[in-house]
Amino acid sequence: MNTATKKSINGGEFLIKETEAKDIFIFEEFNEEQKMMAQACQDFIDTEITPKSEEIDSMKHPDLVPGIFKKAGELGLLGISVPEEFGGMGMSFNTSMLIADIIGAAGSFSTTYGAHTGIGTLPILYYGNEAQKNKYLPKLATGEWAACYCLTEPDAGSDANSGKTKAVLSADGKYYLINGQKMWISNAGFADLFIVFAKIDDDKNLTAFIVEKTFGGITMNEEEKKMGIKGSSTRQVFFNDCKVPVENMLSERGNGFKIAVNILNIGRIKLGAGVLGGCRSVATLAIKYAGERKQFGVAINTFGAIKQKLAEMAVRTYACEALCYRAGQDIEDRMAALASEGMPDAEAKLKALEQFAIEAAIAKVHGSEVLDYVVDQGVQVYGGMGYSADAPMEKAYRDARISRIYEGTNEINRMLMVGMLLKRAMKGEINLFEPAMAVANELTAVPSFETIDTSELFASEKDVIKKLKKVFLMVGGKAAMALADKIESEQEVMMNLADIMIEIYAAESAILRTEKLVSIRGEDACKHQIAMAQVYLFEAVEKIQTAAKEAIAAFAKGDEQKVMLMGLKRFTKGELVNTKELRRQVADYMIEKGKYPFS
Amino acid sequence: MKILVCITHVPDTTSKIQFTENNTKFDKNGVQFIIGPYDDYALARAVELKEQLGASLTVLNVGEAETEPTLRKALAIGADDAIRINAFPKDSLFVANQIAAIAKQNNYDLIMMGRESIDFNGGMVHGMVGEMLGIPSISPVMKLEIDGDTVKMAREIEGGKEYLEAKLPLIAGCQEPIAEWKIPNMRGIMSARTKPLQVLEPVSDETATNVTTYQLPPAKGAVKLIDKDNVAELVKLLKNEAKVL
Ligand SMILES: Cc1cc2nc3c(=O)[nH]c(=O)nc-3n(C[C@H](O)[C@H](O)[C@H](O)COP(=O)(O)OP(=O)(O)OC[C@H]3O[C@@H](n4cnc5c(N)ncnc54)[C@H](O)[C@@H]3O)c2cc1C
Ligand SMILES: Cc1cc2nc3c(=O)[nH]c(=O)nc-3n(C[C@H](O)[C@H](O)[C@H](O)COP(=O)(O)OP(=O)(O)OC[C@H]3O[C@@H](n4cnc5c(N)ncnc54)[C@H](O)[C@@H]3O)c2cc1C
Repeated sequence: MNTATKKSINGGEFLIKETEAKDIFIFEEFNEEQKMMAQACQDFIDTEITPKSEEIDSMKHPDLVPGIFKKAGELGLLGISVPEEFGGMGMSFNTSMLIADIIGAAGSFSTTYGAHTGIGTLPILYYGNEAQKNKYLPKLATGEWAACYCLTEPDAGSDANSGKTKAVLSADGKYYLINGQKMWISNAGFADLFIVFAKIDDDKNLTAFIVEKTFGGITMNEEEKKMGIKGSSTRQVFFNDCKVPVENMLSERGNGFKIAVNILNIGRIKLGAGVLGGCRSVATLAIKYAGERKQFGVAINTFGAIKQKLAEMAVRTYACEALCYRAGQDIEDRMAALASEGMPDAEAKLKALEQFAIEAAIAKVHGSEVLDYVVDQGVQVYGGMGYSADAPMEKAYRDARISRIYEGTNEINRMLMVGMLLKRAMKGEINLFEPAMAVANELTAVPSFETIDTSELFASEKDVIKKLKKVFLMVGGKAAMALADKIESEQEVMMNLADIMIEIYAAESAILRTEKLVSIRGEDACKHQIAMAQVYLFEAVEKIQTAAKEAIAAFAKGDEQKVMLMGLKRFTKGELVNTKELRRQVADYMIEKGKYPFS
Repeated sequence: MKILVCITHVPDTTSKIQFTENNTKFDKNGVQFIIGPYDDYALARAVELKEQLGASLTVLNVGEAETEPTLRKALAIGADDAIRINAFPKDSLFVANQIAAIAKQNNYDLIMMGRESIDFNGGMVHGMVGEMLGIPSISPVMKLEIDGDTVKMAREIEGGKEYLEAKLPLIAGCQEPIAEWKIPNMRGIMSARTKPLQVLEPVSDETATNVTTYQLPPAKGAVKLIDKDNVAELVKLLKNEAKVL
């Protein structure tokens, strides 16, 4: 994308600034080469994974998944983000998002893939020194070696920095002896390389190490018996006097927690994209089934209640696509901008990712919840067959559930996004106070009766978005004042604020994506996308209203509460949308096309 | 050794087929195009031969600019260069004329095609080109090995297989399991962009056929399920309703 003409805003600033449609990247803009890559990836899933999914999940064939993994390596899928000088493909950030997206339809293999290419490989890519990168990246990029990431411990999950695994320098100063226990480690069963987080002596913070399996002292429990993604190896890993040469420390002593956090940033946004393949394939299965299944003498896809579900799956998937690739491109552009200012490549990438950590957390939470919604409705469309292990929905339903738990639970991510925003505001990095004050003043002023010109596409929708941002500034601003440092302990309010942020970002992204698409294809060719954006926005307004009310009730009283509720009413006063008609229109189109037809 | 693979640009096999203009034109709207599946097998085998024998591998399509992504995919899979004859492929004779003209210029040792296209399923182009060039044309070939200037092939025939040998140059119309079709790898996709794709104008405008109308097969009717113990009912329905007994 042309960064010279693009107006870029900083992470989190979407809450206080307007973004123009031309300044976001949309899925439909992927070029021929990127589409060919996506198709190759889809072909790989269709031939190597989907037909074998039962065997993969049975875990009865220990060589099966490592074999598929090797094939993914041969196709170059494991080195997408690794620069060419280290044996990878050196592809752009949004291309890596696209690949994660497609792989998302691969069930448990998508976790295998994500754990290797994301949290397994990226710590070395971003924090490794030249020697470490030269030694390990080519092996990881080609799939010669598989990697895993050992952060979580039995007593240190969400509170990852509280881990007890220890690293002690040997008497001769040549290596560290690592001792401790890690839990829930994806890919552990066949990994050759372990990124291990441990504390040196009595350090407060973790330090990261690159550990080869052959260093010795590594043992494992049996595979965990899981609800879903059963084909993905997940084990407890024990380190007993595991001897790690000092040169295998990653970055510096005490830097491990920072590494963990930053790597999870990437993991989160990739997970946002990584649900999309699953959403599309489940929606497509539901569309097909609803066309074949007859009750009361007709196909069930003729029932409005079923159409509602099919359309709603698409509406949410479409919005999630919009926000993921918008954020992905913002990150990519920022990486390029920083690099062009002379910042070293790895540092530029990390800085850009850190800058958009709020959006990454939004992508993770929104994506995992959209996927859960889609699989849940998928089961419902299948009726009794949805509950049968002989049909694909049951597995999709189970596999989806993990996304809300790993890469930081959705609770942790919700708190993170609000916390981060407030912290940036305190530091003056993002100017929340002025706009929040303006909104506070507006509350007590005479309402303006200015009317907007609704002849232009989305003029009224954009006005709604603008006002939703005022809702956030009103509720967030007052909450920050009323609760001050106590806000962290009022988690319920934090969750409400997070929900408002998520819905604003998603709805705005859906509108902007559609507006841009219309500018390319014309309005006639985009009537279903317009309908989806309108439905999404309508729902977002409802959700935001509820979240805002809950928050207001939690911390505001008396007159202040009244004024805020009035403000809320004013800021969420949208036109009534006939969602029934719009959803029917979208569903009919999906039924005609026989698949999720919007990307 | 010079190999030419002729590829078609056809709708994905899962596409919904619809027609426009009074059922005389195929509606391309929303349809995804792919390399013809049989051509894909031919290409996969050609890539293997290229690696084995150090051959050069050219892919060719007769089609308008919209087919270039399909050609680039063939480049991504492993062809060295591509030629597009810039013309709508009006019919089999038209296509065969273009292929024959290129083949005469470039003296390929082996020309590989699919056994048939999957859009119009003519199964004729290889035969026509063979005739035009005066070389053998063999189809459907399911196995192909090269030993010096001899080509050893297996061909599917009614009720069995035929093994045969012929000398190069020749044309083979291919089908599975001649090779396992290949998914392009990421590096191949990235290198496709720098490989040559030549666009040439057609040499002849001759055609032999003209479509008057298309007709879709009748929609599938509803399925009746009959209890497995109720054979009498099944027989009755087969006789009276389906009228197949
Ligand atoms: C299949 C699978 C694969 C995994 N793969 C890996 C891997 O490869 N590497 C790795 O290191 N880890 C991995 N994990 C671990 C995963 O990241 C953790 O399970 C996750 O971070 C949650 O930690 P926990 O399980 O200890 O839950 P807990 O932290 O005990 O959380 C329990 C509940 O409490 C909530 N909670 C916790 N703290 C707070 C708080 N401060 N405020 C509000 N609510 C809170 C959580 O949101 C959650 O709802 C994996 C887990 C699974 C299940
Ligand atoms: C009646 C008729 C109408 C047609 N209308 C259209 C149309 O509306 N739109 C359209 O896109 N095409 C149209 N075509 C062209 C068609 O797509 C084929 O490309 C071409 O006509 C060969 O058709 P066939 O079925 O005889 O090929 P076959 O003889 O079955 O093909 C055998 C092999 O020849 C090679 N070959 C065939 N066609 C080509 C080609 N174009 N370029 C390179 N190699 C090739 C392939 O290797 C193929 O596997 C039409 C063809 C016919 C016969």
